[in-house]
Amino acid sequence: MQVKNRLNPFFENITFDREDNEIILNFGPQHPSAHGQLRLMLHLQQEMIVKAHPDIGYLHRGMEKMAENMIYNEFMPTTDRMDYIASSSNNYGFALAVERLIGLEVPRRAKVIRMMLLEINRLMSHLFWLATTALDIGAMTVFLFAFREREYLMDIIEGYCGARLTHAAIRIGGVPLDIQDSFISQLRTFLDKLPANIKDYEDLLDTNRIWLMRMEEVGTISKEMALSWGCSGPMLRASGVAWDIRKEEPYELYDEVEFRVPYSDKGDNFARYRMYMEEMRESAKILYQTIDMYEKCVKEGQTELMAHAPKYVSAPKLDIMTQNYSLMQHFVLVTQGMRPPVGEVYVATESPKGELGFFINSQGGPYPYRLKLRAPSFWHTGILTDLLPGHYIPDVVSIIGTTNIVFGEVDR
Amino acid sequence: MRAYKPKDNVQAKPYYTDRFYVSPQVPKFEVESDEVFAHDLEAIKAKFDVLDAYIQVGQMVVFINPEDNYKVLELMKNELEYVQLTELSAIDWLAARGGFEVFYQMLSMSKRKRVRIKMFINKGEAVNSVEKLFRSADWSEREMFDMFGIEANGHPFMKRILMPYDWQGHPLLKTYPLQGDEFAAWYEVDKIYGKEARDIIGPELRDTAKVDRYDSERFARLGHEVPKGTKITGNEPKIVQNYQEEGGVFMVKKFDKKDSVVIDDPQR
Repeated sequence: MQVKNRLNPFFENITFDREDNEIILNFGPQHPSAHGQLRLMLHLQQEMIVKAHPDIGYLHRGMEKMAENMIYNEFMPTTDRMDYIASSSNNYGFALAVERLIGLEVPRRAKVIRMMLLEINRLMSHLFWLATTALDIGAMTVFLFAFREREYLMDIIEGYCGARLTHAAIRIGGVPLDIQDSFISQLRTFLDKLPANIKDYEDLLDTNRIWLMRMEEVGTISKEMALSWGCSGPMLRASGVAWDIRKEEPYELYDEVEFRVPYSDKGDNFARYRMYMEEMRESAKILYQTIDMYEKCVKEGQTELMAHAPKYVSAPKLDIMTQNYSLMQHFVLVTQGMRPPVGEVYVATESPKGELGFFINSQGGPYPYRLKLRAPSFWHTGILTDLLPGHYIPDVVSIIGTTNIVFGEVDR
Repeated sequence: MRAYKPKDNVQAKPYYTDRFYVSPQVPKFEVESDEVFAHDLEAIKAKFDVLDAYIQVGQMVVFINPEDNYKVLELMKNELEYVQLTELSAIDWLAARGGFEVFYQMLSMSKRKRVRIKMFINKGEAVNSVEKLFRSADWSEREMFDMFGIEANGHPFMKRILMPYDWQGHPLLKTYPLQGDEFAAWYEVDKIYGKEARDIIGPELRDTAKVDRYDSERFARLGHEVPKGTKITGNEPKIVQNYQEEGGVFMVKKFDKKDSVVIDDPQR
């Protein structure tokens, strides 16, 4: 029997009856559809949610603190653990922030490879989103289909950097390696099949009665709400703001490739689902163009993969092994780390989840004085406070699904 | 003599510092060099004190007085089209200047511009909450409070967000050690087993990478093996360990040094 005056649920899923007929339901932190360690305290009237209180921090590892205690290159593998579904995009966001801080220009071939990695990561992330969200709603087939395709991409990435999930595939100043011989042919094979694959998912979902019932007119985010809550990425575009950082503040070579920015003014779950599907098509389009760009780089004989900046970036391996001064530089950069100039930078990139920002305050030391990670999922979780009230319990699952939150990123 | 360790900054120190090295600066540009920023700055200057303003890495940085923060952000949002507050946090300057720098990172989508509003607050001061203007500040201000202990006046729910509610200390302060403090070491022990079990359980090992060569319970000492649980003093007798079973293994001959032949001439 419950004691009347102990109303705070702690570790178990206990419901509490109150005089006002309100039930407090503790959802998570261990719940298969919470996509990680999300705890929701839901105040219910019957089945209707009247108040939602998301509780996070179960995956808090203090990455910002860690960053203040290590050299810049040392922090790179840690960024993998933020959005671990698309880790190269985190690597890239950090690398770009440091490059902007020290004013590095990355060689063109490295830029092309980075763009390939970024878009492959976007595809991986979106496929993972589709698989897990469909599974939450009960569509097992889509889950298997999407994971099959994601597996091909992970194989390509594994061939490039040896890792499937935590890539650490990007360095400050460029990329460590050229792509492997089979990369382009594998990627092309995948991309040629992708439209038919996406068509398969859509055939299964677009007119599926259950899918539509769970998705349409559920979890509607208005434009004002999305802006006020700091939403970004597909969450913002589904609410009628055509804002894509790749398009508006182009980094790398995104101003040279052609792609559309899909957006919708519905703002509901279904609109977000459509966003992800359309973005996959756009990513494929970008990838085709990067393949051409890469082949052009090869034809023109551009072989540089790392920027030439002896103060900040180690020389190529050949120089390190043959030239004394390069070896000395390398030794200093590995043991002491680079010392960026004194100053501040905030750089936002369009990660698959939204605006991934890195704020770095450097005081000229080998460690950042302050590093703030602006992860999109943090606010996409916060918005649940305002989004969930008015919905029913089953909608919670589909809404969490379409917000596409990853807890490595929320808690950092 | 013990090495001097400043109490107000317990973070890791670079292992080598060149006394004569002068760090370069990230260049700062005049706000007038950008038309849009110049116009925005004029609008802010017309109503509020601006302590400093410049453009760095393509973004305008404006220093304001801390009491103006709500009004400035309101102006930015309603009149200057900076519709999103993308980030909000603080920088710990307690050791150097006795306070914090709080920054608001704003985004204007119509102008494609980003502005950083910064202000300095002294230790123990609170900031005005901007949660009424931007809902995103709800969680950011909670995070700032959690990490730095800076409270936001007028915030509807000023509780910790990432750390547990009953945590003590603010992890992102420079005075907070990387592996956590005394409280952190006992937090889970007290929570799970109770305070009375402290003697039995012992403090939590917060440095997960730490290897203790005198601890034979949890660590193997390759090349200097001792039985598990041995108290290691440093001059324990060498124990020769036999890795092959006594009766030998099927198909595998037990190595016996007496029966073996050492070949001196590799060309034999």
